[in-house]
Amino acid sequence: MDRRRFLVATAASAALVRPSLAQGGPVKISFFYPIAVGGAVTRLVDNLAKEFNRLNPDVEVTPVYAGTYQETLVKVVTAHKSGTPPALSCLLSTDMFTMIDDDAVIPIDGFVKTPADKAWLSSFFPAFMANSQTGGKTWGIPFQRSTIVLYWNKEAFREAGLDPEKAPANWDEHLAFAQKLTKRDASGNVTQWGTQIPSTGFPYWLLQALALQAGDVLANSAGNRTTFNAPGVAAGLQYWLDLGQKHKAHAPGIVEWGTTPKDFFERKTAMMWTTTGNLSNVRANAKFPFGVAMLPEQKRRGSPTGGGNLMISKKVSPEQQQAAFRFARWLTEPEIAAQWSIDTGYVAVSPAAYDTARMKSYAQEFPPALVARDQLEHATAELSTHENQRVTKALTDNVQAALSGSKTVQAALNDAQTEAERILRPYR
Amino acid sequence: MKKSHSDALIGWGLMAPAMLFLIAFTHWPAIASIIESVYSTPRARRPSSFVGLDNYEQILADPVFWQSFTNNLWFAVGTIPASIFLAILMALWVNDRIPGRTFARMAYFTPTVLPMIAVANIWLFFFTPQYGLLDQVMGLIGRPATNWLGTKDTALWAVIMVAVWKEAGFFMIFYLAALQGISPVLAEAASLEGASRWTFFRRVQFPLLMPTTLFVLINAVINAFRMVDHIIVMTRGGPDNATSLLLFYIYQVGFNFWDTAYAAALTVFMLVLLAGAAAIQYGWLERKVHYS
Repeated sequence: MDRRRFLVATAASAALVRPSLAQGGPVKISFFYPIAVGGAVTRLVDNLAKEFNRLNPDVEVTPVYAGTYQETLVKVVTAHKSGTPPALSCLLSTDMFTMIDDDAVIPIDGFVKTPADKAWLSSFFPAFMANSQTGGKTWGIPFQRSTIVLYWNKEAFREAGLDPEKAPANWDEHLAFAQKLTKRDASGNVTQWGTQIPSTGFPYWLLQALALQAGDVLANSAGNRTTFNAPGVAAGLQYWLDLGQKHKAHAPGIVEWGTTPKDFFERKTAMMWTTTGNLSNVRANAKFPFGVAMLPEQKRRGSPTGGGNLMISKKVSPEQQQAAFRFARWLTEPEIAAQWSIDTGYVAVSPAAYDTARMKSYAQEFPPALVARDQLEHATAELSTHENQRVTKALTDNVQAALSGSKTVQAALNDAQTEAERILRPYR
Repeated sequence: MKKSHSDALIGWGLMAPAMLFLIAFTHWPAIASIIESVYSTPRARRPSSFVGLDNYEQILADPVFWQSFTNNLWFAVGTIPASIFLAILMALWVNDRIPGRTFARMAYFTPTVLPMIAVANIWLFFFTPQYGLLDQVMGLIGRPATNWLGTKDTALWAVIMVAVWKEAGFFMIFYLAALQGISPVLAEAASLEGASRWTFFRRVQFPLLMPTTLFVLINAVINAFRMVDHIIVMTRGGPDNATSLLLFYIYQVGFNFWDTAYAAALTVFMLVLLAGAAAIQYGWLERKVHYS
């Protein structure tokens, strides 16, 4: 076959294939998802898609691993701008306003028609819906959600003369424990820190937990006004700074988010604050007995929720949107959600998932699996505003400035607040 | 007349495929950036409008930009001379007849072959406080643990170190090739004259390496403004923008904040900067270079 004929033949076959698809083959959709925790997550997602495709021959879901949350958002928004977004994607719940402002997402409410659908929509933990709804509409379906919990090394507790079964209940205890747990060698160099609150990646998330415990939130629910310099926020940041600077029970300066679990495994810190999404990772890699607890309280208990929601793209055909909705609904059914939680450590998204047989037997064998769920009643929405990336960067930069000692706590928070005001003014 | 006409046609024909790609992926994006930089960023509810030089005024008033710019200058100062110096040193070393020469050459070149993302992840663990490689070595001589990437004073130098380590081996290859091209007659003549090793290098080898140095210098300057992979992996510009470089900031503005017009203005600024650097190097330095 010469080249010209080959081209003609290819073009003809392409022309033949297209209409046949439109006339009733399975609806093809792609699903972009990120990975933010350890473990073989791609295999899990592939298997889920395969199972769904088997049960629903009229739909064909292709899962696409798209990098970190950040990279996934970049890919989804770029694809949206060029007119070919994936029908379904898993994005940080906090990117809701970004997606709405770009007109890239459609609300779920239009697909919720039958009473069964409605029951499903109201089945999620209310704490997870806070980052999924605004303006009376639901934009995201909770999927891989998390909160911050405290992990502690029981062996280190015993060595320090503490009760290995008792986690610190409040800020004072947390500080006192951390001081007892900090070990120094003969020349005064620290070999084990008492506690660790990481400050790269999502320092605003950790600060939000501290601020909540001290009685203040970071932003309003409309996402257009922040309160970064409120007294509770300052108290939280001051406590965080003092753990290292004043009380020498926490590594000084900026602590890496990514290596925090490793620091814990290597016994370089006796306690750590990190996402419950790391639970399976810690269970697999900690060579000592460990405990998982709710974060300590000050005025109250508190932790923001975190993690990813499923969102349906606006610029795809209605059939694809419908198929995406069906897949998302299936993924969050109690049985699937329970298995997903067991496999990863994320919090299962509905109370019903915790009533399934498989979840009950798992929790019996491994009780820490329930801590994050129990903390949900104290949880609030994660910081999310219009121009979310820009606003959180203003806060992140200044939190790091305060923790590394180049600004005072109040000056840093005032600067963050001023910058956020400037960014958010057009959205009121 | 007719013949030169068809020659020109063939010439253009041969150039066309390459030109097409250059225009599509280099020239057009550059021009599009310039155009986009004088409009505002389109938002779903606010279409793009002509704003003149507003985006450029914003650059002048943007503290994060100025910090990235200063960081980038320090990054250039830290990486360029150090990596060129090391490259010459390594090239001279493996140019001699030493035992295990092939192995040494390969070892020096290895960092260049490794992907930057992987390299940055390895260094991330070198720099980890307490049990990281660097701190373990420091611990042996009794120094306390240092949070290399988490302290504003050390973070930039830490990423400079990674860049030097990565670049030196690459530049070494060019120097090695140039050294091999220097006629052995010169070395014999020098030794007959009783010139010391240092004099031979300063008076003969180094001047003859000047064309290579110019080439390497231009590449080093471009790389100093082009490297972001390890920043993304190791620090994401933190702590508090201490390691934010220009291109990383452009990426952040463009793809995290989606402020495409402002990112375009920043890109134009960087283009002008690099074009200026290249013009100085080719226009002024080249006249001082001795081509043998």
